[in-house]
Amino acid sequence: MLHAAATPARKKVRIATTSLSGCFGCHMSLLDIDERLLELVDLVEFDRSPITDIKHCGPCDVAIVEGGVCNAENVHVLRELRANAKVLVALGACAINGGLPAQRNHLDVGDCLTRVYCDRTGGEVPDDPELPLLLDKVHPINEVVRVDYFVPGCPPSGDAIWKYLTDLIFGRMPRLEHPMLRFD
Amino acid sequence: MNEYDKFSLDGRPIYFERGQSILEAALAAGVYIPNLCHHPEFKPHGSCKLCTVKVNGRFGSACTIKAMPGQEVASDTPELNGNRRVLLQMLFVEGNHFCPGCEKSGNCKLQALAYDIEMLTPHYRHFYPVREIDATHPDVLLDFNRCIMCELCVRASRDVDGKSVFALAGRGTASHVVVNSPSGKLGDTDFALTDKAASVCPVGAILSKRVGFAVPIGERQYDVDPISAQASARQAEEA
Ligand code: SF4
Ligand code: SF4
Ligand code: FES
Repeated sequence: MLHAAATPARKKVRIATTSLSGCFGCHMSLLDIDERLLELVDLVEFDRSPITDIKHCGPCDVAIVEGGVCNAENVHVLRELRANAKVLVALGACAINGGLPAQRNHLDVGDCLTRVYCDRTGGEVPDDPELPLLLDKVHPINEVVRVDYFVPGCPPSGDAIWKYLTDLIFGRMPRLEHPMLRFD
Repeated sequence: MNEYDKFSLDGRPIYFERGQSILEAALAAGVYIPNLCHHPEFKPHGSCKLCTVKVNGRFGSACTIKAMPGQEVASDTPELNGNRRVLLQMLFVEGNHFCPGCEKSGNCKLQALAYDIEMLTPHYRHFYPVREIDATHPDVLLDFNRCIMCELCVRASRDVDGKSVFALAGRGTASHVVVNSPSGKLGDTDFALTDKAASVCPVGAILSKRVGFAVPIGERQYDVDPISAQASARQAEEA
């Protein structure tokens, strides 16, 4: 847990965020804290994040991960965040149980690709080396790295994210209870 | 009611009628003990173990142990709630529970218990089992991805509807619910939406067609009050 004294001179908490195999809905929900965003910018600064467009993360206090792990690039990004962050938070249903992308887990990934790219259009499965390799199954992030905290929801509400983040920033034991604790 | 017929639950006196289980007596007194495979209209099944309490220091299922005078029962303790959380986590990873896309979400007992016991993550490695969906019946959809094998549908169809449409097959981790028809499909049975078995499933495995998502988020059964508070409030109303 991070201990930040609530004084104006306090060092800002450095946060990295990413969306792996997610829909960016959780990031949208983060923006849904509305005018509390102004408070947030006083408390935190962003490292790698869709908000800053920094591509690789450096040492930071908190990493917030949206989405599960569906391809090789997701694995690299997740490991980089874990290596650099003191605390790693799984944000939203997909990071926690694979979510919607994991609906393909009972199908063969090769069959999926052939169906989409070959059977319907007569084309070929794209194999550009730039494209990250798909994993055979989509995994929740805690099956790949150690995760410190989980914030469920699809997406978690702005209120839930705010509650959890501020608990974390001010060194309280982060807690989500009904009705803020939701899986949908 | 006799002064003699009482036991203690987390230090509170619970009066009971002879023959009641600890769970029945507690619920009748407005004290909630988490439970999943229990249904007031059916014989106890004792399979989910969510209702596990400590009776005179020993673990036991509150739904199957008869209330006895002088029992010391512990239920709402960090140890027991911790075990319950683990049981729920195992149920979640053992099936395919994607609540955001489930019609039962908001009205689901499994989910409501997870909220109440503050389960933030299923924690264990997901099995992602391959389970069947059966849409052959005109009015009812079966999605066994969410089945927790509580056998309520089996009990209801056999004991109330007299049809024995469902049965449990297989053993251990291979156990699963099957439909008793030559094709194994629900469409080939005399199952009807009005059957008791159509309305007892605590999760989103037996669903009535064409009503999904009709109730908006915020108005579903467990959106506002947690399942434990509802059980206590229901009793207060009836009393
Ligand atoms: S059955 Fe309940 S726990 Fe499972 S996906 Fe549906 S709402 Fe979620
Ligand atoms: S289908 Fe529903 S009622 Fe039947 S065993 Fe599964 S969870 Fe229980
Ligand atoms: S309610 Fe007692 S074991 Fe399920």
